Amino acid sequence: MRSHVLSAEWTKLRTVSGTAWLMAAVAVLTVAVSAAADAATKCPGMACPVDTTKLSLTGIQAGEALIGVLAVLSVCSEYSNGMIRTTLAAMPRRHTVLTAKAAVVCCLALLAGTVAVLGSLLAGRLILPGNGFTSAHGFALLSLGNGSTARAAVGSVLYLGLIALLSVGIAAMVRDSAITIGVVLGTLYLLPVLAAFVANPVWHRRIERYTPMAGLNIQATTGLRSLVIGPWAGLSVLAAWAAAVLVAGGLLLQWRDA
Amino acid sequence: MTAPAPAPAHTTVGSQRASFARVLRAEWTKFRSVRGWVIGMIVAALLIVFVGVFLGANASIGCGPNLSGAACLPKIPIGPGGQAVNDSYYFVRRPLTGNGSITARVTSLTGYYANGNGTAQTAQGPPQANLAHGLVPWSKAGIIITASTRQGSAYVAMMVTGSHGVRMQWNYVNDTAGIPGAVTAASPRWLRLVLTRGTPAGTAAGRSDDTVTGYDSADGVHWSRVGTVQLTGLGATVQSGLFVTSPLASKVTPFFGGASTQESPSQATAVFDRVGLRGAWSSAPWTGDNLGRHWWSPSDGAGGYRLSDGRFTVTGSGDIAPIVGGPGSGGVPSTSISQPLVGVFAGLIAVVVIGAAFVTAEYRRGLIRLTLAASPRRGRVLAAKAIVVGSVAFVMGLMAAVLAVSLGLPRERAQGQYVMPTSTLTDVRVIVGTAALMAVAAAFAVGVGAIVRRSAMAIATVILAVVLPFLLAVTVLPLGAGEWLLRVTPAAGFAIQQSLPQYSQVDAAYPIGAGYYPLPPLAGFAVLCGFALLALCLATFLLRRRDA
Repeated sequence: MRSHVLSAEWTKLRTVSGTAWLMAAVAVLTVAVSAAADAATKCPGMACPVDTTKLSLTGIQAGEALIGVLAVLSVCSEYSNGMIRTTLAAMPRRHTVLTAKAAVVCCLALLAGTVAVLGSLLAGRLILPGNGFTSAHGFALLSLGNGSTARAAVGSVLYLGLIALLSVGIAAMVRDSAITIGVVLGTLYLLPVLAAFVANPVWHRRIERYTPMAGLNIQATTGLRSLVIGPWAGLSVLAAWAAAVLVAGGLLLQWRDA
Repeated sequence: MTAPAPAPAHTTVGSQRASFARVLRAEWTKFRSVRGWVIGMIVAALLIVFVGVFLGANASIGCGPNLSGAACLPKIPIGPGGQAVNDSYYFVRRPLTGNGSITARVTSLTGYYANGNGTAQTAQGPPQANLAHGLVPWSKAGIIITASTRQGSAYVAMMVTGSHGVRMQWNYVNDTAGIPGAVTAASPRWLRLVLTRGTPAGTAAGRSDDTVTGYDSADGVHWSRVGTVQLTGLGATVQSGLFVTSPLASKVTPFFGGASTQESPSQATAVFDRVGLRGAWSSAPWTGDNLGRHWWSPSDGAGGYRLSDGRFTVTGSGDIAPIVGGPGSGGVPSTSISQPLVGVFAGLIAVVVIGAAFVTAEYRRGLIRLTLAASPRRGRVLAAKAIVVGSVAFVMGLMAAVLAVSLGLPRERAQGQYVMPTSTLTDVRVIVGTAALMAVAAAFAVGVGAIVRRSAMAIATVILAVVLPFLLAVTVLPLGAGEWLLRVTPAAGFAIQQSLPQYSQVDAAYPIGAGYYPLPPLAGFAVLCGFALLALCLATFLLRRRDA
């Protein structure tokens, strides 16, 4: 039963031409932005306060926007072309439909995210030593053999998966694609900008600690003590948001007319 | 029987204009009749105001018996140009009534500054172990003519500096270079200021006929003119003489968009000789004064001077310069008109959603075919859409910005934040610029929406182009790369919100996070306009070629 639903959702997403392009775009944009950030950062002397793992994963902040688009594509387009009525007629257990959709989108995000993260780390490994981030300056070559780098890499892939779930949940609640992507991008970009600008320290701390942006802390490998919230704790905050929004989306799907 | 002449097939200019007005009206009707778009614009305005006034506000500080924020506000002098200024120095002076000149030779300029973790800006004499010999780049010693010893007075000064050679500076914000190079006993610097008072008739008529000319010389024989300044606000009697001051040593480590700044106090000592006075000087003896607030002074807690054999040795600390925002402002908790406008980012996302949806919704519903059938000149449809949604965004942005500023600034003051004074012209530019930012971003979204035709992709593209470069510049990228991004991407447009200028004669971090942008306000805004125009042109081209 459930496998039918899953395969139906998979078929729908697979046969839309946009999906493959979007996944490729996630990987390309992420690696390109990461490589550009690597290339722009130099370490001329001894004391460079740079977290090279985090730096070489900068592109995640660009790629996540396209993950949001992918989620919107899978949910909202069904509402805009009326497909949702067919879907729900064929599979009347609505929360199963949403679960299947979330699972498929999340898997695609994890897949694109894995390529994006590996590509970004490879770019960092190739570019950073040329910019002075050498062992002479106290920087080891980026490697997944390093525990904290591996945690940041795996965590970044999971982060993209959670962003996909969050976006599917928001899409199920909002249903209109333009507003959904606005809310998703507002969550992804407005919060960090506000955290940088909000002068009130109480609000500053609240934003960094309790909003989905806490999830990006999973990328930190140095200065962990000065983080407002730890790497895994931060990712858990994002997971909690994603779960809450998905449940809310599922309930609304159950209660509302499609 | 002749048939009436058929109407000419071509349209006249007048009817073209009328038809464009019809297209415009049709688009306006579409916009206002979709409730979601109107609500979206109201939401955008509320976001701008809410974020700016409540989240943007600084934390409250309390002073005085009632712990009121307003009691914390420092008394900061305002210069003749209306800027907040530092005006503290050691001054060895005599009154001058009428025309006159002062000449002095500077044979030495030396100093101390606190190094290590010398962050205690107002400490009363730090441990001697923390002192380092050396000058701050903008340590200043020279001769000055000032209206009075009141802080913020009009003045003209000729000076030698720590590492910027001879300078002529006046009224805090103006700076002209003279002879380069440092002062030593082997290469002293001669400085001269000549005051020529205006005619009484001119003064009565409100003209500023008082002029001061500054000269410098390496040998006291060959003089060159550095500049001539017209001054207003000099009374009948001016104060003139020797001055020494030395600002906070600010060690800026630029990194990650912001910069970490270490500030530590400094002090300078200069030796003057061959002091020559000509003109209507008072016969009163020299008087030495500490003017204004001094950061500290390692020797005796204040500056001082000694006169022996016609040699003046003067020690001072402080600065005669405009105050800048952000780190490097000398410990003043300051903010500016730009702070309550940080909500612009929230409003921007909402406006971009509406702008893109205004086009893509027509594709989704198939309305575009009807629209293009009704007005076959496709470029005009797009232009009308951009104008309608841009105008609505402008009006919304203007109201929201005025509200955010008028609610936000009193709140900042009540919480003990000093609001840096800006000219009315600057205030108008920042507020109207915020509204224009909304308008152009919406038009940009219309263009990208017509190119991409899918709302989610169009909105993501515009947000990635406008907001992400800014975010990366303030959080991840090193200063140079961040500045580059804010020159070449649409995010350059935020420069229109910069309210405080950078001064080359004040060393400070000037971080992007404190509202300092690499491009001048209008140039940055022009970059955003360029992107929007490019998107609209490409969209028009594609709209004409593609089937709807």
